Amino acid sequence: MAIRSVASRKTLAGLKETSSRLLGLRSIQTFTLPDLPYDYSALEPAISGEIMQIHHQKHHQAYVTNYNNALEQLDQAVNKGDASGVVKLQSAIKFNGGGHVNHSIFWKNLAPVKEGGGEPPKGALGYAIDTHFGSLEGLVKKMSAEGAALQGSGWVWLGLDKELKKLVVDTTANQDPLVTKGGSLVPLVGIDVWEHAYYLQYKNVRPEYLKNVWKVVNWKYASEVYKECK
Amino acid sequence: MMMTTTSSFLWSCSLLPSQGPNRQTQWKRHEKVLSFSLSCSPKSTVKFYMNGALVSRQLSRKVAVSGVVRAGFELKPPPYPLDALEPHMSRETLDYHWGKHHKTYVENLNKQILGTDLDGLSLEEVVLLSYNRGNMLPVFNNAAQAWNHEFFWESIQPGGGGKPSGDLLRLIERDFGSFDDFVERFKAAASSNFGSGWTWLAYKANRLDVANAVNPLPKEEDKKLVIVKTPNAVNPLVWDYSPLLTIDTWEHAYYLDFENRRVEYINTFMEKLVSWETVSTRLESAMARAVQREQEGTDTEDEENPDDEEPEVYLDDASEEVD
Repeated sequence: MAIRSVASRKTLAGLKETSSRLLGLRSIQTFTLPDLPYDYSALEPAISGEIMQIHHQKHHQAYVTNYNNALEQLDQAVNKGDASGVVKLQSAIKFNGGGHVNHSIFWKNLAPVKEGGGEPPKGALGYAIDTHFGSLEGLVKKMSAEGAALQGSGWVWLGLDKELKKLVVDTTANQDPLVTKGGSLVPLVGIDVWEHAYYLQYKNVRPEYLKNVWKVVNWKYASEVYKECK
Repeated sequence: MMMTTTSSFLWSCSLLPSQGPNRQTQWKRHEKVLSFSLSCSPKSTVKFYMNGALVSRQLSRKVAVSGVVRAGFELKPPPYPLDALEPHMSRETLDYHWGKHHKTYVENLNKQILGTDLDGLSLEEVVLLSYNRGNMLPVFNNAAQAWNHEFFWESIQPGGGGKPSGDLLRLIERDFGSFDDFVERFKAAASSNFGSGWTWLAYKANRLDVANAVNPLPKEEDKKLVIVKTPNAVNPLVWDYSPLLTIDTWEHAYYLDFENRRVEYINTFMEKLVSWETVSTRLESAMARAVQREQEGTDTEDEENPDDEEPEVYLDDASEEVD
């Protein structure tokens, strides 16, 4: 397990909560970096330990930190009735909040091979994939192609449209969560195609990364989400 | 009709000023044999602004009859050896950033335009045409990135950094308060450009802040330096600004040397890499161009809507017609 000092963080958060209440201030819900359910090197050789560590400890952590800052500022602006201040903060919230949301899903989308990473989905999700995309290979091919074609930074998603009750493949730019593409979309699998997700290992060859990432995709988690939301 | 198109093109091409020390040969196309072209569909006129002038291009479907030498854009090497920017920008970065990313943009661009009506135009023209007022055509990404990267390599130099002087410093101080203030704002812009993109210092003359709208009451103070952030491949040429300096903030530009530490990369760029000499030269050209087009009065001419005709660009395949 990735070692984190959870205890001290919780204690500090608790103190902050208490002191805010004593002062009569409403405290906002802040966020913390979730632990990875596996070691940094556990996804090798598909994704290097170096990338996993920087991706988690630096990139995701930065989104969390900046999201919390933006939320604090938003709270103040809302309390002051500072309308233009509120609007001004929206892009920072979308970007950093989206980054936190997306990456939290991403870590669960991946698993070491010995814990089922890469194992094809069975059951309801497997059936739905075959129905909508012909086969898992068909889905993988589509997602990889769209991920490779995405210009700049973003994500490629397998999502469930709860309203239409069908699976969809879609892309989002930057850190936009899938929900920005449709309110009824639930993300099942997201693949990060920002350069930071693969550059140290695959350099400019994004298609190679996309070929290999499927070996560690955790279809069990996707199946659970699918069953819950159907 | 082909002759007319070509000759008018050559005429306006000669007005294209250089934007830096090495710019003259940059957009040189290979010598081209004039070809007869058969139109099998109505000609269309595309209009866009280039260097302040309203430019008209007639595009027609070409079926090349005889030996046309295809133009191809070249991957120009940076004006210094690939390891010359060490330790501020590593050789490895140049190997990938120039040798793979930039190279791929140029190669894919050439493949995309080969045999189409974009073949034979200058790179700037391809960029402006394919920008298509924000509804970018597929070739825009490669064309603009090819342009951006060449501009980027020329914006930096070994032993760069320091402070600008002369007109450039004067304008920076006029428009940003002080050089330090400018640097702070430029760095802030570059670090807050979410996702992939570029941050620019550009010279804006006689333009309003909306796309291609001419300032109806232009004054000297309206000709100013601006800091612009653009996403992905977009650059300020599309708003008819004159780019002076750029920093690439796509992750591939700094990841091998700085990992996620974009701020450190930006600091290094400003302190050790930026070529103020090049920026100054570009500014001189930009200012001269602004004066020239004012004198020619091309700016205030007809701004009756170039919009009455939707630009149509015929590519090599009927299925790609854009209405």
